[in-house]
Amino acid sequence: MLENVKKFASEFFVTGNTLIYAADISIVLTSLSIVFALTYFKKWGWLWREWLTTVDHKKIGIMYLISSLLMLFRGGVDALLMRTQLAFPNMEFLNSEHYNQIFTTHGTIMILFMAMPLMFALFNLVVPLQLGARDVAYPFLNAVSFWLFFFGAMLFNLSFVVGGSPDAGWLSYPPLSENTFSPGPGQNFYIWGIQISGIGSLATGINFLVTILKMRAPGMSLMKMPLFSWSVLSSCIAIIFAFPVLTVTLGLLFVDRFFGAHFFTLDGGGNPMFYINLIWMWGHPEVYIVVLPAFGIFSEVVSTFARKKIFGYKSMVFALVSISLLSFFTWVHHFFTMASNTVDAFFAVTTMAVAIPTGVKVFNWLFTMFRGRIQMKTPMLWMTGFIPTFLVGGATGVMLAVAPANFQYHNNYFLIAHFHQVLIGGVTFGFFAGMYYWWPKVFGFMLNEYLGKWAFWLWNIGFYVTFMPQYALGLMGMPRRSYTYGWDMGWWPLNFVSTIGAFLMGAGFVFQVWQIVYSIIHRQRDLTGDPWDGRTLEWSIPSPPPVYNFAVIPQVEKQDDWWYKKQNGSHRNKAVKYKPIHMPKDSGIPFITGFFWFVAGFGFTFEWVWIGLSGLIGVAVSLFTRYLQKDTDYYIPAEQVEATESAIGGARS
Amino acid sequence: MTSVLSHQKDHEHEEHGHDESSLKIFGFWIFMITDLILFATLFAAYVVLRTRYNGGPTGEELFSVPIFTTSTIILLTSSFTSGLAVLGLKNGKVNNAVGWLIITVLLGMAFVVLEITEFASMVDEGASISTSAFLSAFYVLVGTHGLHVSVGIVWMIGAIIQLMRDGISEVTTRKVNVVSLYWHFLDVVWIFIFSVVYLMGVM
Repeated sequence: MLENVKKFASEFFVTGNTLIYAADISIVLTSLSIVFALTYFKKWGWLWREWLTTVDHKKIGIMYLISSLLMLFRGGVDALLMRTQLAFPNMEFLNSEHYNQIFTTHGTIMILFMAMPLMFALFNLVVPLQLGARDVAYPFLNAVSFWLFFFGAMLFNLSFVVGGSPDAGWLSYPPLSENTFSPGPGQNFYIWGIQISGIGSLATGINFLVTILKMRAPGMSLMKMPLFSWSVLSSCIAIIFAFPVLTVTLGLLFVDRFFGAHFFTLDGGGNPMFYINLIWMWGHPEVYIVVLPAFGIFSEVVSTFARKKIFGYKSMVFALVSISLLSFFTWVHHFFTMASNTVDAFFAVTTMAVAIPTGVKVFNWLFTMFRGRIQMKTPMLWMTGFIPTFLVGGATGVMLAVAPANFQYHNNYFLIAHFHQVLIGGVTFGFFAGMYYWWPKVFGFMLNEYLGKWAFWLWNIGFYVTFMPQYALGLMGMPRRSYTYGWDMGWWPLNFVSTIGAFLMGAGFVFQVWQIVYSIIHRQRDLTGDPWDGRTLEWSIPSPPPVYNFAVIPQVEKQDDWWYKKQNGSHRNKAVKYKPIHMPKDSGIPFITGFFWFVAGFGFTFEWVWIGLSGLIGVAVSLFTRYLQKDTDYYIPAEQVEATESAIGGARS
Repeated sequence: MTSVLSHQKDHEHEEHGHDESSLKIFGFWIFMITDLILFATLFAAYVVLRTRYNGGPTGEELFSVPIFTTSTIILLTSSFTSGLAVLGLKNGKVNNAVGWLIITVLLGMAFVVLEITEFASMVDEGASISTSAFLSAFYVLVGTHGLHVSVGIVWMIGAIIQLMRDGISEVTTRKVNVVSLYWHFLDVVWIFIFSVVYLMGVM
């Protein structure tokens, strides 16, 4: 009996590595201290009522933000471990197996559990406020999306201590990811973690598409809509068309692994290349899904801090939408070496074509700054840091798009440097700019600018120090995903420099955390609701906004409506008669649904079918309960709205 | 009941400037686009792999014309009866609508049972999901449709419960409309399965 338990535990838990034991201990200690703190301060009820059951888009946004920053930490530690291993030739810090796991989890976490939720955080925090709406179109579904993301991410991260991490790369190519070559639960964790959060992402895509199309304040025609909302719209269009493909692709891979089917196997008539096509039909749009909102953020930031209307609004809209459409016609450029010449030629041209709308956008941002009265606050700093980074990233992208040359760059460090340049310099810088820009609106206090500038410069300099050497390493022939190299290759000086850069970026992250903690302690409240002298509707309401956002739904007349109302003085509150406000009720069902998905995913990961099935039944029962529910909304009485407004108004004036 | 409803409706028009039912139905159409892409991807998988028999049985040897014709007739009829339920609702006849919905559910169940027996007999003949890439694609495509029908059955039962509990209201009308829309959608997908998988398989 004891022997059986021992045997089970040694297979179930990840063993035999000091780093992982240390992590195990810290995970247990952190969890225990959280439980202790919640119990000691009697906060369990508060946690459940205020957060776990909320359907308020602002609170959901905050939960996305916290989760994504935690995931940024985990993915960042993965990156630093890899860079440490590569700092010198023949290092024995990580073994090859461990290194494979780390580059897999680094990529997956950074794209799917860091970039995506950080983007959804900004969707949730900003879009309804920008549109003059009281919530998203489907608040309940929005909460379901969050909990699916959360439990999917937890399931994926569990692989770190239980069962073993996936190690077949961030897109899990077969035949390597098939049962024959990757037995055990690692790949299943990958499949179910992403599958569950992916369904949540799809629902978010639908939710925000409908919100933007149907919930805009009266008078806000599409061509008067702020550019961030436009970028969210184009991103959601891409989500709607791309994510079902991901669902199917992961589903088929699981069917292969679980039922022994032959979609992507080498035997039985299967075709691994089919997987690679499918996954990139999702994967390429996916990178544009995350970068488009960043473009929207830069448009808002540059216009606010240059104190000018955005240059070329219509061409910006055109560029956003055309990038979202073009993203579906470029997927083969990820495997030029496998396709035929004609196919390569087509996809080379479509890939290069993406540079045209992107270039239009960069010129528009520059022309917006031209002769503007630029204020170099932290959001604007990230914006200006982004332009040169993205320029180099875009140019190397066009180099990679040249199919014949691509045969040289394929799977070496040149490619690694390129995509980090667009994903860090474009997406991450963009989301940071957005986070700093909207922080006072969301939390009601300002972030310390001095520490923020340190964080920016460490990130920005660290970025170039890390990735510029990697272009050269790529041209010198260093292949990606190699866990070590010899002294004779001549690669070590550049690798060493690159590792220093990675630690500089790590220091930048530490400064960001410091900045947030410092600003919470030395709180400098934003009483105006409009600290940057903003242009769009979210700045017309108090910070943080009341639960119903707008006591009176605004009537929009112009693009940058709030700015124009401030210019002609018509923004001052006239005497208004408040009306009861219709709001959705909080519900525990989204959390419970997410939890049952976790149970289902966990069961199928270990191929414990009964646990998996009971999880799915739990999902069905909780959703069915919701379907039959009648009492799902309520009214805030007019008197209460008036009382809240005068309380906030008193604080503001 | 009616007065409360119209009261709420007034508020919605004043406060939101949109109608909640139309908002939900619009979202459902977008959801159907995503579901359509899901099926399109599975069809692509089937078309790519449909000749990869791996020495196993072909569609011609496996598919039985009477069985798949019966399935098709059952599902098409159920689509018709779900349409009659919506019509009954429009005419304000609750019992009529409930009756047609129950018939639709029963037809849906018959369809699922027929599919399960078809699959079981194929597996008995040694044609399982792991026999060949062709059969993997077949089982997953047709099975996903069957799973959708099963979900639709549970969903429709939920709609029936509410219709019996609450009578005809804006909410129940919307819910019956949506579930019937979903049911028609599954019918359309089946037409493609019927043509691409079964007819082309036996030809």
